[in-house]
Amino acid sequence: MTATRSTPARPGSEHEAAGHPIPRRRPLSKAAIAGRVLRYAGLILLAAIYISPLVFMFLTSFKSGPDATSVPPTWIPDPWTTQAYETVFSATNTPVLRWFLNSMIAATLHAALVVVTAALAAYPLARMNFRGRSLILALVIGTLLVPPVILIVPSFLVVNELGWLNTLVAVIVPTAASAFGVFFLRQFFLSIPIELEEAAELDGANKWTTFTRVVLPLAKPALATLALLAFLTNWNDFLWPVYVLFSPDLQTLPAGLATLQSANAVRYDLLMAGAALASAPVLALFIFLQRYIIEGVARSGVKG
Amino acid sequence: MTATILPTRRPDGFSARPRGRRGSPLTPWLFLTPYLVLFTVFVIVPVVFGMWISLHAWDFTLPRRPFVGFDNYAKLFDPSSSTFEPFWASMRATGIFTVLSVPPLLIIPLAIALIMRANFPGRNLFRAIYFAPYVLGVAVVAVLWRYLLDNNIGLVNYYLGQLGLPDDIAWTTSTPGAWVALVWVTVWWTLGFNAVIYLAALQDIPAELYEAAKVDGASAWSQFIHVTLPGLRPILSFIAVITLIASANMFGQSYLMTQGAPGRETRTAIYQITETGLRGFRMGDASAMSFVLTFVLVILSAIVFIAFRQKREERA
Repeated sequence: MTATRSTPARPGSEHEAAGHPIPRRRPLSKAAIAGRVLRYAGLILLAAIYISPLVFMFLTSFKSGPDATSVPPTWIPDPWTTQAYETVFSATNTPVLRWFLNSMIAATLHAALVVVTAALAAYPLARMNFRGRSLILALVIGTLLVPPVILIVPSFLVVNELGWLNTLVAVIVPTAASAFGVFFLRQFFLSIPIELEEAAELDGANKWTTFTRVVLPLAKPALATLALLAFLTNWNDFLWPVYVLFSPDLQTLPAGLATLQSANAVRYDLLMAGAALASAPVLALFIFLQRYIIEGVARSGVKG
Repeated sequence: MTATILPTRRPDGFSARPRGRRGSPLTPWLFLTPYLVLFTVFVIVPVVFGMWISLHAWDFTLPRRPFVGFDNYAKLFDPSSSTFEPFWASMRATGIFTVLSVPPLLIIPLAIALIMRANFPGRNLFRAIYFAPYVLGVAVVAVLWRYLLDNNIGLVNYYLGQLGLPDDIAWTTSTPGAWVALVWVTVWWTLGFNAVIYLAALQDIPAELYEAAKVDGASAWSQFIHVTLPGLRPILSFIAVITLIASANMFGQSYLMTQGAPGRETRTAIYQITETGLRGFRMGDASAMSFVLTFVLVILSAIVFIAFRQKREERA
């Protein structure tokens, strides 16, 4: 699926950019320094404006109701208060903390299911010769081209038949058949030197042992990237949970935000508290695992 | 959990005698089973089932779902039917949004990628800042921006007023304001994704080409036209197609920010399909709509793809 041959985030570039500026031959003229300072100032200003909505969201979540809708708007909460969080945590029709837990459970189990099934499927597709392999491969890659919209209505009916409507299973399992995951892991398995597996098999290891003790340990970075992407996608998914989860206490956070918004149209302090809770885990993951996320997302070609 | 499905001679998984690379012919299928079960039930079955439903007067709430042939499709092309107007109005909304959002999503990320290409201290921090909104879900983005775009107390109208511009635009309840808002929010949310792909492609353009252009005395602009753009052409068709498809599938922004308002002007095709099928339970109609939308998207993607490819061939 990916059209980018090189990886967008090159491990090496981190070091080049951060620690080792290119040594300068001669001192810069005053004009050159001024130009550089101006350009930096422009970049910093643009970046600050770009990211300011997120800052405003977090700040507003610590405001009181009237403070959040004051005219003219202010940035710094006056006074700082956790009132918005307390309100959404205790409201029975919008149990935000419960939604947070639901999202955490769903995204974690979903990621685990994606990684386990994709890894198991990718291994024979990479390493075993059997009749039907190219057909399976073509089918899997073909589904990358199936537009999700044609799956919505029939998947809803399948989930209904299985008795999963209005349960967390409905947001964990149906989207777990990840064609991207199989494709991505298969490519990774193909890049592992086959001699390692052959050596294990000469020692009498069967396929299962080779897979679990040789291949999987070597594939940890790829498995972690896939798990991370599956977690993010599931955590952020909106359309599907909105339609398959109806009970207030069974919703995931994004679907819950829609409920929160219809219950408190202009209580922006409450809405921002909910939005901040939905953002905090993914932003934390992004800050710590930035390189893997950017690289993986770009490779998956999945656009929101 | 799957350890039991594979017979092993000894509990530790090592057989006494090497069997070489040939296991049982069943082995690959045992590995594939969990995935294929999910794949069959949640991809193959729904695709086939969807076509089946679209040929029936399928109402979730009614026991009888008679076969109607292509009636559901015919209704979508019959101006006197009740599904005609809402469907094509939503297709129009999707079209407007796509036409307005694709060009900025192709141009702005390219500008950012060109700036980020230079190797300057702090580059990775800037790259992370522009990518950050993309890791958030559409729900967060839409709820946040509905607040910022609130026509009475929002930051956007306040700062517009400070700049001496009109400060009373109803960004979420009137057009064309709502279109500007939906496009702006989508660009803010997803430009980092396109920028990262551009950046990777830019780094693949050989530095020697720029050196040669400089030797020939080419200006920065003519380097851009004669080296950068041709180098980006292959990736451009990829970005154009996925951006087109993503824009044509827009749902959450409209659902949460405008609720389709004013009237149903900003109700997109996906919005109309899910409301028809999963709220109104007229699943036959909704399935037919989803196949018509898919058909249109396939044709458009093919046109965009071929257009970019031909341009490349002309140059070659």
